[in-house]
Amino acid sequence: MSTVSLAELASTIRSKNAGPDCITFDIIFKDPEVYERVKASGAMTAERICQLYGIGPERLVHFGAFDPARAFKFAIRRARPSGSPGETDVMGSQMYAPLLDLQLPASVLPPPETASEESKTVA
Amino acid sequence: MPSVAAEHRTDTAPTGRKPVKLLTPTGHLGFTPIEPDSFWAGVAQKPDFIVADSGSCDIGPHALGADEAASPRTWQEHDLELIFTASRRLGVPMIIGSASDTGTDRGVRDFAAIIRELARKHRLTGFRMATIYSGQDIGALKRRVQAGAWTRGLDGRDPLTVADLERTDNAVAVMGVEPILKALDEGADVIIAGRACDPALFAAPLLQAGYGRDIGYFAGKLLECASFCAEPFAGKESILGTVDDDGIVLAPMSGYQRCTPASVAGHAMYERSNPYREYLPGGYVDMSECVYEAIDDRRTRVRGSRWVPGERYTVKLEGAGKVGERALMIVGIRDPNTIARIDDAIAWSRRKVLERFDGPRYQVYYHVYGRNGVMGDLEPVKEIRSHEVCVVVEGVAPTRAEAMEMTNLAGRNFMYARLPGLKGTAGAAAFMSDEVLPARPAYRWTLNHVIAVDDPLELFRLEFEDVQ
Repeated sequence: MSTVSLAELASTIRSKNAGPDCITFDIIFKDPEVYERVKASGAMTAERICQLYGIGPERLVHFGAFDPARAFKFAIRRARPSGSPGETDVMGSQMYAPLLDLQLPASVLPPPETASEESKTVA
Repeated sequence: MPSVAAEHRTDTAPTGRKPVKLLTPTGHLGFTPIEPDSFWAGVAQKPDFIVADSGSCDIGPHALGADEAASPRTWQEHDLELIFTASRRLGVPMIIGSASDTGTDRGVRDFAAIIRELARKHRLTGFRMATIYSGQDIGALKRRVQAGAWTRGLDGRDPLTVADLERTDNAVAVMGVEPILKALDEGADVIIAGRACDPALFAAPLLQAGYGRDIGYFAGKLLECASFCAEPFAGKESILGTVDDDGIVLAPMSGYQRCTPASVAGHAMYERSNPYREYLPGGYVDMSECVYEAIDDRRTRVRGSRWVPGERYTVKLEGAGKVGERALMIVGIRDPNTIARIDDAIAWSRRKVLERFDGPRYQVYYHVYGRNGVMGDLEPVKEIRSHEVCVVVEGVAPTRAEAMEMTNLAGRNFMYARLPGLKGTAGAAAFMSDEVLPARPAYRWTLNHVIAVDDPLELFRLEFEDVQ
């Protein structure tokens, strides 16, 4: 199956603290059609996120799509509060990096004849 | 819901209220200096209030625990000078929250002192300053818990215990809109607030003008990070929010940014786990029915936020406590054999430390940059792909001397790691410098809880001062 990486599809992929005990992740799509197709594909699931980060489902909170921003959003509960001894990323601001390489089926890209200018450039 | 200050203001207010213009130049005053150009462009729009938050728990527990500013005083002065001089010249109030990064009483006093200095420097006296203190006495909190106060731990924490408080050096309560509204009602021109919910700073003038918590808190949520609600990404640029009976209009004051429905909606979900709810004292803002509409290329209107009162009025408590003294050492490794056996080298170092420092009060962490130094256990890439790695050794111990000695022992033992196949018998590691770096003491977040109160003002203290 031919695939496409999340980095090629999304315009913003970020992570940041949501309080001292959680890190929240946003994946925002510029192209509404790409967003709808990713959503319809069922390829973005809580299970995949847990697998990617090597965590149990109890540490994943609020996984879901957020239509007003054309975004997927989830949060991961930290193993210990931010800034505790042994901390590696006090603001949680680099934790998104593994998402960049997450592979989705290439079918989430709109067909070329209907593609908008933006999705053509990422195709 | 218990009675709140200014009960005459309802949450479904009548029409005919005047539009209110709120200018905000930064999402964290003092953290990095404000960009002056877009700020003065915003001032030229004649805002009714200038509002900025100066705090965050993102910076970790040290600043609160040690009660130190995380930002240089010169940057705090820079930002306060811009806002203070503009607000006095316009004759409109300025509202600053979470003073000096943490909103402790020390932070409020520091910011109030800066304001007095600026007043003298610019000969802008004759105004009323309100200071709102949110520092909490640990003993008083213990008595509340012992008396059975209703509390809840956030993000999976258990309810508040006396043991949590005994581990806490400093605690603040996070105020809602009520103390700030009271300061405005009593005629304050300059408000320096302790730890505050960011949206409450913006909601106070809106409630005073007759708007409800629905749009008041929601407007604050959109404005509290200033230019983060606009695109392209930029910090420290000013945003003007205009609230009227039909919602809020967001406009960037820098020439190159735009507030688009996507950028504003993207910001509405920022820094929170649930994108549809903003929790505040006394309830939450429901954003699920919000409509984001472009007015033109650069401005967006949002309407449709709802206020949902909670069962009880609760205030968030933040607290941090000291774990121990701390030191760091930087170790470089280039030998592929040592890199391949890095876990054996760490085990050797750990064994040597345990021979001299044993027990839970002695902690050593090995940050292996090149493997998982950034992400720790959340790193999906398990193998080392780099030709060199850096190990930062972090040691925590009860005293400074022990932390330094233990970290030195842990770092130096990378030189002596007994690894099979080692050819470089003069040393298995490289030191950028053979030295241990004293670090700030280690703290941890001990309180991330909410506590029920009868009166929204009861954990906060207001003082007024006429600056002559």
